[in-house]
Amino acid sequence: MMEGFSTVSEYKNKVVVKLPQVRLTTPLSGDMVENLRAGQRVYLNGIVYTGRDAAHKRLAEIMDLGKELPFELEGQVIYYVGPSPARPGRIIGSAGPTTSGRMDLYAPGLYARGLKATIGKGRRSPDVISAMRRYKGVYLAAVGGAAALISRSIKEAGVIAYPELGPEAIYRLVVEDFPAIVVNDTLGGDLYDEGIKIYSVE
Amino acid sequence: MLDGLQKAYEQEISPNGKEIIRQLLMNAGIAREERVPMCQDTGCAVVFVDLGQDVRIVGGDFYEAINEGVRKGYKEGYLRKSIVSHPLERKNTGDNTPAVIHTKIVPGENLRITVAPKGGGSENMSAVKMLKPSEGVEGVKKFVLEVVKAAGPDPCPPVVVGVGIGGTFEKAALLAKEALLRDLGEKSKHPDIAKLEEEILTEVNKLGIGPQGLGGRTTALAVHIEIFAAHIASLPVAVNINCHAARHKEIVL
Repeated sequence: MMEGFSTVSEYKNKVVVKLPQVRLTTPLSGDMVENLRAGQRVYLNGIVYTGRDAAHKRLAEIMDLGKELPFELEGQVIYYVGPSPARPGRIIGSAGPTTSGRMDLYAPGLYARGLKATIGKGRRSPDVISAMRRYKGVYLAAVGGAAALISRSIKEAGVIAYPELGPEAIYRLVVEDFPAIVVNDTLGGDLYDEGIKIYSVE
Repeated sequence: MLDGLQKAYEQEISPNGKEIIRQLLMNAGIAREERVPMCQDTGCAVVFVDLGQDVRIVGGDFYEAINEGVRKGYKEGYLRKSIVSHPLERKNTGDNTPAVIHTKIVPGENLRITVAPKGGGSENMSAVKMLKPSEGVEGVKKFVLEVVKAAGPDPCPPVVVGVGIGGTFEKAALLAKEALLRDLGEKSKHPDIAKLEEEILTEVNKLGIGPQGLGGRTTALAVHIEIFAAHIASLPVAVNINCHAARHKEIVL
């Protein structure tokens, strides 16, 4: 799956920076994350945790009480997804990203505790972007709606917390060359802003 | 829909945008082949019922029958259960019921049921505004563009933009949703509105948002507008955004 995604934009002679595609393995180190740049294509390998609205609310409550989280955050990656149920014999159903903005309230606290990356789709708030700069984290976008394609890169899946939340439970996934693109890097780069700058027509 | 994406693939000038459309086309193939949903968000079940006035429904609650169908379909199809029973308490109902059901009485002896599952990501980026009649067609264009621009990457572009103009507050919203039921790119039957659809589509695609918001010229695949009479004081406009997975299925009994 390493082909695809040219991150070079020659249009209007603007922003012509060639960024190498990179294969990352979790847990992510500070160095790995700080070397990433907005627009760079990445392929994730290793363990990734899922979490969306209801699970984040619970994680925030636990942190407020000073209790232990269901998984260690240091160097980890949270994928904002609520998968569809697996048909018999399959590892997981479809598993594309959900809108990240709904988790913005919770994300800065998680980056502060060592979370290194989140994966979703859509814009992050200024608070999350500044938390990523401060605590050296990144935000990656997966292709919204490419859920059947993405599920092929998920090799193991099991619920590790809050099974009663159904699709909102926290899963521990093992992924192989999970395709994503860096939207926000640790220097404040934002691919969504860049894209509009290049392709909008006055 | 696939034809629309294929055409967009050929026309998109942004390399990232082109690659995303390629992945979406691939995804559609995998979903069909492996019988899995193309997107994990299999939506809120929105059901449109056109009930012929000569039809009599006997033996039980019609709405309960629809909900039973939703329950069965979401379970047996391995679709995601995405509905919470109380909007503030937020406990999952576990079977994707209740459906949102819109019923219309029509002439004849047929019962037409259209199921249009609607994902949350694009629904959340929708909006209604009560314009002043003096704002006219320019006001409508401006509002639609504002909504699509503010939505940015969130509703999984390339999107289909449903617009309802006229009626009342709630009627405009329903018109916008009904507009999404049209086949992709099917024009309004009013020539002036068909022209407006074309104009707004061109403007939307100048925003530069592009596939998944990573930049490009394919932000929307189509703009569909439905209109209705309005009060002398009102010009309601509603914008209902649909992601590229514009799913609907119709059956006539």
